[in-house]
Amino acid sequence: MRGIKKDFFGNQVLTDINFTLEAGQVLGLCGENGAGKSTLMKILFGMDVIRETGGYSGDILINGEKAAFNTPFDALAAGIGMVHQEFSLIPGFTATENILLNREPQKKNVISEVFGDRLNTLDYKEMDRRAAAAIEKMGVEIDAKMIISSMPVGHKQFTEIARELSKDQLKLLILDEPTAVLTEKEAEALLDSIRGMAAQGISVIFITHRLHEILAVCDKVVVMRDGHVVRDVPAGQTSVDDITRWMVGRDVQSTAASIETKAEAADAKIIMSIKNLWVDMPGETVRDVSLDVREGEILGIGGLAGQGKLGIPNGVMGLYEAGGTVVFDGREIPLNSPRKCLDSSLAFVSEDRREVGLLLDESLEWNVAFPAMQIQDKFLKKLLGGLIKWRDERAIHQVTQKYVDQLQIKCTSTTQKARELSGGNQQKICLAKAFALEPKFLFVSEPTRGIDVGAKALVLDALRQFNRESGVTVVMISSELEELRQTCDRIAIVSGGRVAGIRPAADSSESFGALMVSQVV
Amino acid sequence: MKMKKDLRGQTSNFLQNNLVPIMFIAICIVCYPLAGFSPSYLINEIVTRMGRNIFLILSLLIPIMAGMGLNFGMTLGAMAGQIALIFVTDWQIWGIPGVVLAMLLSIPLSALMGLMCGKLMNMVKGREMILGYMMNYFVGGLYQLVVLYMMGPIIPIKHASIRLPRGYGLRTTVNLTNLRQCLDNQFAIRVQGVKIPVLTFIIIGALCLFILWFRRTKLGQDMRAVGQDMEVARAAGIKVERTRIIAIIMSTVFAGFGQIIYLQNIGNFPTCTAHTQIGMFCIAALLVGGASVEKASIGNVFLGVILFHTMFIMAPRAGAAITGNAMIGEYFRVFVSYGVITLALIMYETKKRRARSQGGALLALAQKEGGVQS
Repeated sequence: MRGIKKDFFGNQVLTDINFTLEAGQVLGLCGENGAGKSTLMKILFGMDVIRETGGYSGDILINGEKAAFNTPFDALAAGIGMVHQEFSLIPGFTATENILLNREPQKKNVISEVFGDRLNTLDYKEMDRRAAAAIEKMGVEIDAKMIISSMPVGHKQFTEIARELSKDQLKLLILDEPTAVLTEKEAEALLDSIRGMAAQGISVIFITHRLHEILAVCDKVVVMRDGHVVRDVPAGQTSVDDITRWMVGRDVQSTAASIETKAEAADAKIIMSIKNLWVDMPGETVRDVSLDVREGEILGIGGLAGQGKLGIPNGVMGLYEAGGTVVFDGREIPLNSPRKCLDSSLAFVSEDRREVGLLLDESLEWNVAFPAMQIQDKFLKKLLGGLIKWRDERAIHQVTQKYVDQLQIKCTSTTQKARELSGGNQQKICLAKAFALEPKFLFVSEPTRGIDVGAKALVLDALRQFNRESGVTVVMISSELEELRQTCDRIAIVSGGRVAGIRPAADSSESFGALMVSQVV
Repeated sequence: MKMKKDLRGQTSNFLQNNLVPIMFIAICIVCYPLAGFSPSYLINEIVTRMGRNIFLILSLLIPIMAGMGLNFGMTLGAMAGQIALIFVTDWQIWGIPGVVLAMLLSIPLSALMGLMCGKLMNMVKGREMILGYMMNYFVGGLYQLVVLYMMGPIIPIKHASIRLPRGYGLRTTVNLTNLRQCLDNQFAIRVQGVKIPVLTFIIIGALCLFILWFRRTKLGQDMRAVGQDMEVARAAGIKVERTRIIAIIMSTVFAGFGQIIYLQNIGNFPTCTAHTQIGMFCIAALLVGGASVEKASIGNVFLGVILFHTMFIMAPRAGAAITGNAMIGEYFRVFVSYGVITLALIMYETKKRRARSQGGALLALAQKEGGVQS
């Protein structure tokens, strides 16, 4: 398996990636979120997304031959297996049934002779045998007869791996953060089994944020950043510190940290105090988070994907089930009740702007004014002593126009539909909507996700301005550390659903990088 | 102490999961003395109704397995069965040959209806039930058009016993006197005054065996996989849409057979309306047997038929005994069937929600325990 090289269409997500992997080698792939690891693996695995978004350029060579996979099934046929981060298992089936899903050994019978192969009966004995063989190959004990939904998470992960191993043609196995859900002991067992697979001649690409695992099991390490391969070294010649530096890298010294860090912030009043918060948000579970936010600051919350940073605002604002106590401005805020939060003049710009953030088929005016109308009775004319409330179209227009100008939103008019705007401009509308509420406290979740560089700078500037001029406390959640360092006063890093540490934004990137991977679960 | 709590938890779980059957057993126990039927009469009635209905209800099992919920679209199969019976009556083929011929004739019709229904259901994944229900009204209208206007001039129907003298359209009732109970009477035996329709039960048994065997086939396994998680099944290379269509076609064909068995027992049917209540009563009976939208077994079918029809038989008499008006009982059994279906749908949703909030409870618990340790 040699010479995998590609670059990627449109806005360059991957640029000129080259690396080779030999049979029986284990390659550790690491990099921050958005570095391009997932995209790369999707290309390798022939996922539909790649083709739908315009394909890729460059070649994948397998055993010296050029391979082009149009669907994951092509990739499977070529001997590539992938274990995704999300489980792809049928919950009500046993491990055996899942391992052999759609590849069950069958027995012919009279009826199937007439009506076709799909009426073959399953050969349960053979199924048990093959599943047992796959589990043995993996080298970790799991109960093949157990129903998936009653298994601990780790065993589900092992079932997935066993499923890939049960495919005879398997030559290359991609493991996308397999240890993220495992306990320490299980993770060790997995590492052992990776070594075992390599010994049997199966190559493994191992993606993880737990760097010591890479050093423990891999033959070579590839570090990616911003769509480039920054390092490609044998695992023996490097250390966790090196990798961390390469990952967060950028010219560490030259990036100016927060433009003006507020010195007086340290003794400012605490406006929001979160205690023992848990949030049950799928994929972003928060465990026992306690956090104090000072009045008038911009607090950044960073961390790797899936570690729970998104769960914090969603939990506090009541969008996902949560527990714990949140005290805002001296009063406790009931959880699981978005309306109560909004009433106490908290606002939230969701990371999911299309689903949660916007009324896509309504005009910009409506989008900007709607929550303020709904919650604070703004932009309403009262007739008959408040009995009938009438929309104040002129006020709505004025306020929308103000924000369109201020945020440089590109639109044909304020009555254009939100759906017709580009991602960056939609994001600005989301901000305008929150600003129109004139909140005391603003959560902004992933404000720059999926928007271009220019819009990014504008959005961040707008946030900073809003904070400095109106004295609004802002909590900004972002996967991009550099962005947080430029915008925020302090940055809390969430790792494993917990706050791993809070540092001033001027701290070095390495120290944040170390925090990010410190408690990864 | 803990064991006691566990036991209580288990009991409440059992109650919650089997609320509907338990409720029905209670109703039956209360109604029995009020209705004042002799045991042998009651058993006779129940056995007759079992033979009449079970096949129809069994046809619901396969779509549930494939995750498509309660197949209200089974009514389409019932209509196909009725059309087949109309032809057989017109040709004056009686007895068991008539029933067999009707079943054969119904297959292409049912399969076509099932194909259409399945294709539409694939377009509205997750809302199959409401689609099936609406399809009933739509196809019911087409059926009436065919039966009232097209039969005669376009579709040749000759026999004067069913065609109206004006030359088109059928009489309001199709008389099946010569088919009546021909299956039920074959090999029928009497045990202490209770007539047991052996052949019908043999057919039902065969279908049960088929369903059990079918679960073990590749197609059955695929259906179960599709039913539990379409995306995972698709990722594994299972043709999801095709599998779902096959499930609906099978259900529709079986429903057609079921309707023929049902009508041969009764001996006549109102031409335009015989199918209208079938779907609802079958689904209600299945739910009374303890099935849910996503899980149903053959056991649920049998228990459901017995409980639901015991209530059916006794409710009018019990109603008459209490209020002096038999209509009250009639009214009671109709609203109870709707009520049962509504309850089952609500319970299905609440169960899902409860499972979801359990995740949160576990997190809170883990945190609490962790807090004690540290």
